[in-house]
Parts: sequence; C-alpha cells; structure tokens
Amino acid sequence: MSSHSSNQPAGDSAAATADPPAVFEARGLTKIYHVGDVDVHALRGVDVNLYEGEFVVLLGPSGSGKSTLLNILGGLDVPTAGQVRYFGHDLTKDDDSALTQFRREHVGFVFQFYNLIPSLTAMENIALVTEISTDPMRPAEALEMVDLSDRKDHFPSQLSGGEQQRVAIARAIAKRPKVLLCDEPTGALDVKTGIVVLEAIERANRELGTTTAVITHNAIIAEMADRVLMLSGGLISDVRHNTRRIPACDLVW
Amino acid sequence: MSALNRKMLRDLLHMKGQALAICLVMACGIAIFVMALSMVDSLQRTLDTYYDHHRFAEVFAHLKRAPNSLARRIAEIPGVSQMQTRIVQQVTLDVQGMAEPAEGRLISLPDQHVGGLNALYLRRGRFIEPGSGREVVVSESFADAHRLGPGDSVTAVLNGRRQELRIVGVVLSPEYIYQIRPGDLLPDNRRFGVFWIAYDELAAAFDMQGAFNDVSLSLMSDASEPQVLRRLDELTEAYGGLGSYLRDDQLSHKFVTNEIKEMRATAVMVPTIFLAVAAFLLNVVISRLINMQREQIAALKGIGYSSREIGWHYMKLILAITLIAVALGTTVGAWMGSMLTELYTQFFQFPVFEYGLDMWIVVMALVVSTASAVVGTLGAVWRAMRLPPAQAMRPEAPEVYRATILERGGLQRFLSPAMRMIVRYLERRPVKSLLTCAGIALATSILVLGNYMEDAIDYAMDFEFQRVQRYDLSVSLVESASSAAMSQIRHLPGVTHCEPFRALSVRVRSAHRARRVGIMGLDSQGELYRVIDMNGDVIPLPRRGLVLSRKLGELLAVGPGDTVTVEVLQETRPVREVPVSGLVEDFSGMSAYMDIRAVNRLMREGNRVTGAFISADPDRMDSLYRELKDLPLVAGVTAKAAALESFRNTIAQSMLVMKTINVIFAVIIAFGVVYNSARISLSERSRELATLRVIGFTRVEISLIQLGELAVLTLISIPAGLLLGYGWAALTTSAYDTELFRIPLVVDRSTYAFAATVVMIAALFSGLVVRRMLDRLDLVAVLKTNE
Ligand SMILES: Nc1ncnc2c1ncn2[C@@H]1O[C@H](COP(=O)(O)OP(=O)(O)OP(=O)(O)O)[C@@H](O)[C@H]1O
Ligand SMILES: [Mg+2]
Repeated sequence: MSSHSSNQPAGDSAAATADPPAVFEARGLTKIYHVGDVDVHALRGVDVNLYEGEFVVLLGPSGSGKSTLLNILGGLDVPTAGQVRYFGHDLTKDDDSALTQFRREHVGFVFQFYNLIPSLTAMENIALVTEISTDPMRPAEALEMVDLSDRKDHFPSQLSGGEQQRVAIARAIAKRPKVLLCDEPTGALDVKTGIVVLEAIERANRELGTTTAVITHNAIIAEMADRVLMLSGGLISDVRHNTRRIPACDLVW
Repeated sequence: MSALNRKMLRDLLHMKGQALAICLVMACGIAIFVMALSMVDSLQRTLDTYYDHHRFAEVFAHLKRAPNSLARRIAEIPGVSQMQTRIVQQVTLDVQGMAEPAEGRLISLPDQHVGGLNALYLRRGRFIEPGSGREVVVSESFADAHRLGPGDSVTAVLNGRRQELRIVGVVLSPEYIYQIRPGDLLPDNRRFGVFWIAYDELAAAFDMQGAFNDVSLSLMSDASEPQVLRRLDELTEAYGGLGSYLRDDQLSHKFVTNEIKEMRATAVMVPTIFLAVAAFLLNVVISRLINMQREQIAALKGIGYSSREIGWHYMKLILAITLIAVALGTTVGAWMGSMLTELYTQFFQFPVFEYGLDMWIVVMALVVSTASAVVGTLGAVWRAMRLPPAQAMRPEAPEVYRATILERGGLQRFLSPAMRMIVRYLERRPVKSLLTCAGIALATSILVLGNYMEDAIDYAMDFEFQRVQRYDLSVSLVESASSAAMSQIRHLPGVTHCEPFRALSVRVRSAHRARRVGIMGLDSQGELYRVIDMNGDVIPLPRRGLVLSRKLGELLAVGPGDTVTVEVLQETRPVREVPVSGLVEDFSGMSAYMDIRAVNRLMREGNRVTGAFISADPDRMDSLYRELKDLPLVAGVTAKAAALESFRNTIAQSMLVMKTINVIFAVIIAFGVVYNSARISLSERSRELATLRVIGFTRVEISLIQLGELAVLTLISIPAGLLLGYGWAALTTSAYDTELFRIPLVVDRSTYAFAATVVMIAALFSGLVVRRMLDRLDLVAVLKTNE
C-alpha cells in the first residue's frame, strides 16, 4: 500500500513501475450539484489515471462521489470543472452526441439495478447493444461468457437478480468495450450470486483485456483488483496496489 | 427487427387498452374528417361537372308575362352569353293512388332544346317529340315516388281543365338537384313534381302563345353581375318581373351549397375536438410511460443510444398509434361517406353521384393527425431526450406532499384518511386533475351536443306544426280571388273551418339592405295560423305594420318601430313604407307577417285572398280532396299531416344516423378519457397502494381510495360538462342561424340525463377494470420493481 500524495495523480507510481498506457487521465475533476440553495460538492478535484487492462476497485463511504466519478469517466455525465482524457482525447470538450458515440464504441456499463429493458428477453437485451456497435460478439457468445445460454429467451422478470446482473454484464461486454464500468454490481446480491457475477466481470477483464472499474462497498472485493482507489468526501484519499489478485471464486465474506 | 423496435412493439402491446382508447378517439376525428372532406369533394366535383355539362344558368328571373320580342332585348344585355325563355306554370296534379292532390310545375321545353341552358339529363325513355300532343318528361324523384315511367300518365288541371299528361321520359335537371316546393324545408317527392312539356302545348293551355314568364341567363366571364341584374329588372319590370337573382339565390343551388358549407365546417370543427382530446390522452399516456421508463432510457443512453434515437423510439410508438388510428379512421370515414352518399341521393338528384375518396384527403388526414399527435407529445418526448442518464439512474426523490387547502382550512376533521389521500393526490397535481376533468367534461358535452339536434328539431317541429300551423290543409289559389272564392271553399264537403290568407311576393328594403320575401297576410283573429313567440304567446298582428322573422330583421338591421320599404313584385307593384311592429322567432326561411286587411289596404284593394287554411273532418278527407282537385281556381293543396310525415320520414332517418354516430363517438371519448385517467393514476400509485396492502389495508379499502378519486373527478366534471354542452348547443344554434334554417336553443332534460348517465357508466366500467387490476395487484412484483 502506497501513500497518496495530493499533487500527483493517483496511480502515477504504478505508471512508474509497469508503465502501461493510460486509458483515462482525469485531472482536477470537480462536480457540483445545485440542490435548491445548497451546492453539493460530489467531487472536489480528483486526479486519477486508469491503465489499459487494469482491474480497479473503487471503495468509499456512501456519498463520497464514487458513482459520480464513474459516470463522468464513462461519458454519462460531465464534470463541472476539470478534464478527462481518453487515450489522450479530451472528453470534456465533447458534446452530447460525441459522448454518445464514445459510450457506444468504447464503454460497457453495469449498473447496480441491472437496468435491463423489461420488455426484452435476455438475448434481445444484448442485441440492443450488438446492433449498434462496430465489432460486437454474437449475443449468444456474450451470454455464453456469463454462463446463461439456457436463459436466452427469458424476460428480466423471469430471472433472479444475479442472473439479471449477469445478463447486464453480457450486455456490457458484448460490444468488446475498451472499458467496463460497474457501479455496485453485487450491491443487491447475496454472497454466492455476487461471486458468480464477479467471476463474469473478472473473465471479461482477463479474456478480453478490458480495462475494468468496479464500485463496491465490500472491501473484500477489493482483493480482486490490481489497484484499489479509496474515495472520501469527493477526493481520492488513498490508493492501494495489490501484489496479487485473488480470483473471485476464492473470495470469502 | 431491431431489439429497440421490438421493445416499442411490446410497450405498445403492454398498453394496448390505453392505446386502443386513444386510437378510437383519434379514429373518430379522422373518420369525420375523411367523411366530411370526401363528401365535400365528391359533392363539389359532381356539382361542377353537372352544371358544366348541362349548362346550368347563372341568372334567373320570373315575370308575369312578356312577349317574345322582349327576349331579344334581354339577350342584348351586355355580358349575357346565353339566354333561355320559358313558360313555368304551377298546376294541381291528380295522381293515381293518392287521395290528396299533388303539386306540379310545368316547364316549357323549346322544340330545339339541344345546347340550351338548364339542359335535362335523360334517365329513362325519350325526350318529347315536337307536335306529338301532351307528352311530358318528368323529374325522376317524382317518377320514383309514384313508380311512374314512360307509358304512364298523370292528370293535371291546366288552367281549370283536366288534362292527361303522357310520360315519355324520366329526367333530371340541374335546376332541381334539390327538388323542393318553394317555402318547404325538405323535399316531398310524392307531392311535388316537375314536368317538361312542349312550349306550344303549355302556351296553348295557358294562353301564353308568343310569350314567356321565365328567363335564365348565362354570363360571359367578364360580365358585371349587378349590372346585368339591374338591366334585366328594368326590362322585365313592365311585364310583372319578380326581380332577378343569381345562382346563390336559386333554391336548389342554395340547398346544395349550404350542405357543402356545413360539411366543410364539420370537417374542421369535429375533428379538431377529437384530435385535441386524442393529443391530450397521448400526452398523458406517453408522459407516464416515459416517466416509468426513466431508468430504461438512462440505460439505453448509457449503452450508447443517442438522444435522437431515444426520441425517435418514442415517436415511433406515437406514430404507430396514429397510423393505426388513421387506417381505422379512414376506413370508417370512407364507409360513412358511402353511407351518406346513399342518404344524399334521397335529397339530391344527380345523374351520377359517385362517392370518391381522393388520396389527398387521406394524406391530409395523416398529416393532420400526425401533427396533432406529435404536438401533443413533443414535450414528453423532449423530456426523454433531455433526460440526463446519470441522474435517471438515481431513484426519484419522494414526491412533495403538503396539507391541502381543504385541510389547512381546518376541514381535516371531516375527512377520513382515505379521503385525505384522495384530496391530497388531486391537489398535488392540479394541472393533471384539471385536464382530466376537462376531458370528462368534454365527453359529457359532446354527448349533450349529440342529442341536442334532435331536441331542437323536435321542438321546432312541434312549434311549427302544432302551435303555429293548426290547419289540416292549406289551399293556394291560382290568382288572387275575391271573398266569393272563400265561401266556395268554405262550403266544400268536410270543411269545418276556413280562414283566408293573402300571400304577396315583395322585396323588403331598409337603406341599402334588401331581401325578397313573401308577406303572409293572415286573419288577425285567426286560429289556424298564428304568429307566436318562443313562449307560445300569440303576437298580435296590428292594423298596419309587419311582423318579421327575427333573422330577416337582423339582415335588414331593423327592429320594432323602424320603417321598411315594401316593394310589391306583383300586380300593380306598389311601393309602400310600412312600419315594423315586431320580430318573431321562426325556424325556416324568412317571412313577413301582416294582417290580411292591412295587405289589402297596401294593395289598395278590397277583400282579396290567395289561399285558405282549412280544418276538415278527417272522415271526409277523400271527398274533399276530390273536390279540391277539380276546383279550377285551386293551384295547390298542402296537407299538413302529409308534410309532417314526409318530414319525419326523411329527416328522422338522416337524424338517426347522425345521432347514432354522435353518440357512439361521444361514448368513445367518454370511455377513452375516463379509462385512461383511471389507468394512469393506478399505475402512478400502484406502489403506494401495494404498500398500504402490505401494512394491512384491505382490498376494499384501497379500491375505495383509488376509485374514490375517479368518482370525485367524474362528479365534478359532469355538471361542468353539461354546462359546456349547453354552450356547444348555443354555438351550434348560432352557426345554423342561416336564411334557410334556424334551430332553437332547447336542450331536453333527458339529453342531460343521458349524457350524465353515459359518462357515469364509462366511469363505472373503468372503475371495474381498475378494481380488477387492484385485486390482482401483485404486491411482491410492485414493491420489487425499482420505480
Ligand atoms: N443528481 C444529483 N443531484 C444532487 N446531488 C447529487 C446528485 N447526484 C449525486 N449527488 C450528490 O453527490 C454526492 C456524491 O454522490 P455519488 O452518487 O457519487 O455517491 P456514491 O459514492 O456513489 O454513494 P453511494 O455509495 O451511496 O452510491 C452525494 O452527496 C449525492 O447526494
Ligand atoms: Mg453510487
């Protein structure tokens, strides 16, 4: 575990040792929400890099700005101030349609509440993505990766929470995204199911080389990561490198 | 099919009840739109071709008698392109199988009639041959009403002599598309027929050799109509000219164009209402759908769908509903159009009346309904497009509730918790509640409007036929006669009572405003024809002075106390200043009433009459008719009962059709609005209701809350709707306030009751649907969904 220095972007020390190219470079990210008369500072100038193929876990108390950070990185939201570069390209200068294009081609999202389209089957939910991306896998292939081939014609309401989340992961990875961003993917799941879901994410990271960021409240999940970012009060308070990633199936909590 | 389209279709299927309701409302508007426009289009096209091919004249004039030498001078009027002079005579007909006499109009046909104005269309048989005796061709409507055809004959009283008229052909004329006896409102094909006969025959029978009494002109394109009219009047004045007029005042043309005008108004008014309601319903339903799908929208955006794609996705849903509605509405509209064509052929006689639905009308329907649907939903779709995906991921903040005005007023003591929930819910969404109320009220009002026409016409019928006209027969004489003629009529068998009248063709003038009307001179003490006001009080006819139809007064801008100039168009053609003593509300045409003695004084004549009202012994009708048919001085007999019956037959049928359509449509609106608002509020509150169920409320209790809201909204809206309905009726009354017809503003209590009942049934039905849904409310599913 290395200590965090506030004037250096989190992860620079990793860059010094391994030096893989940075996928994301965020500098001075600030996000302020105006609610009535009060300003909520969700992010207060975050500097962070994410590197190719890396598995990062974001930890932090509720309200610390994890989701906000992830949403900004994924082009779902824009910062109030600061800059995000994606392979050197400044995302903060992009307009809505450019951000859409960015998400469409490069980002896979997994949300805490799965956010499957309830009126579409598992297969169709994945097709939703494969139909609009340039080099997707076949939907069946994606389902295969999350071990749900036999459930392809089931509607979300006919799937358990864990299965829905695996479909969501299949949907996210089907386009072979550069980055996979997961916001509390196991938040609503029990241990066993959570592990199955994490295995799916882990597999995508390993087999497709997808840069992966996972938000969680569960410190044990952090064992899976290459790097753990701790957020608190809208700032990265700590960065931890794991010398060894523990496979999801070996996690115990 | 793409996954997103599949989602759209499944969404549509999921909301099929609501989509169907909206579709139906929209389809109603489109159906009326398509029906009315295609009708206007078909009528106008048919009319134009007919007029063109048969050279329908543009200027008309009647006179007493003029020598043929005048014709040349008329033809020389600058601007006149073609001229036709004729003899037109009114005769009494004796038709086999009909006790009462019918009225015939005999029109002379020149030997060389090819290429002339007002050409006839030969339906069956042949045209008359010159010098072949009393051959006639007869108008198709009369022929059909009596099953007459070539080879048959009718008896006519020509100038006092009974004569056989041999029918050789059945024809149609552009002058009699709407074949109606002057003064009537609806055609009576059994009792009024038009015949064309060789000029020489007619001239001989009426001592009119070398003369004519009717002129028609067509004009050159650069002709000045007023100048031609003025010149024609000057030329005919000395020969008893009754004043010339243009097509616009030609009776048949006036009725046909009036119909077109009304159809055109219908094509705008009714669809506007229906499409507006449909747009409102769409807005509510789509807004709700988009609200419910916030997180789906966020996810779609998250995985790379653009705002435009999302917007288009929802637009497609809206367009799908619209398209189904247009298909349905166009089909129904075309069907109604062909039905109406059927109905029209009873009123309008065309050689061919082909109903056609032009493509541009369908395109227009599509454009108009799409535009209204898009306008109605643009806001909601725009919100979906603008939805920031990151925020949509977060559950919506709990709704802000506060104590309501009612409660702040200290009334909470009187409200049960359930009632409080209802009131708070309604107050929290004032706009939505208001719009729902507006929708229900609108439906109620359309129901009122649907039945109002019948009420009004019933009233007008009762008024005219029971209270104003109380005679059994009205007899008109060939010429004005002395009181000796009266006593002759009075002593006919079966006559129990008899009152004279004197009708006078005049032009009433006030400053630059003028109208041709008939003055009806009545016995001021008479019982058989009374001038009465809306309250049923008799308006006394003064010693001098005219009582005018209210509409006539308005058109001349005169009222009681003013003086008008009366130019008599008959006999000695005196011009007199006459005071207006009152206005009276009547429902058809425009009339002027006067004491018969005042009429005679105005003409500087003694006791002259032009007709009589008779009440007769019903058992001796047949013999009375027989006598009347043979009286030389009788020009026509109108039996009130027959007129009433024919009126009922024709109007009742078309009114029943219109009313049925109206009621069906209004019911659809009522159900559409009520059902949708019930469904929406259920879906908005299913979580809340499920929670209540979980904490121990019974089904009945939550149903009460849910249905209570519907009940409150319905009960508030119905009175407003009834009032609005009265407003529509008033609007209709003023829209129909024409020279031809007027309808009284009377709405029957049963109409209000009917409207209220239908809306309540719609509410009840929707309530039952909601109730069933509540019973099946899947507590687990509702609470599980993260909404
Ligand atoms: N749309 C918004 N409007 C107002 N405030 C917001 C909005 N989104 C986030 N916030 C505020 O920003 C702060 C950070 O929110 P964020 O969702 O990033 O926290 P988080 O770390 O993901 O928390 P959790 O673990 O509970 O998901 C919080 O205080 C939150 O209330
Ligand atoms: Mg979060």
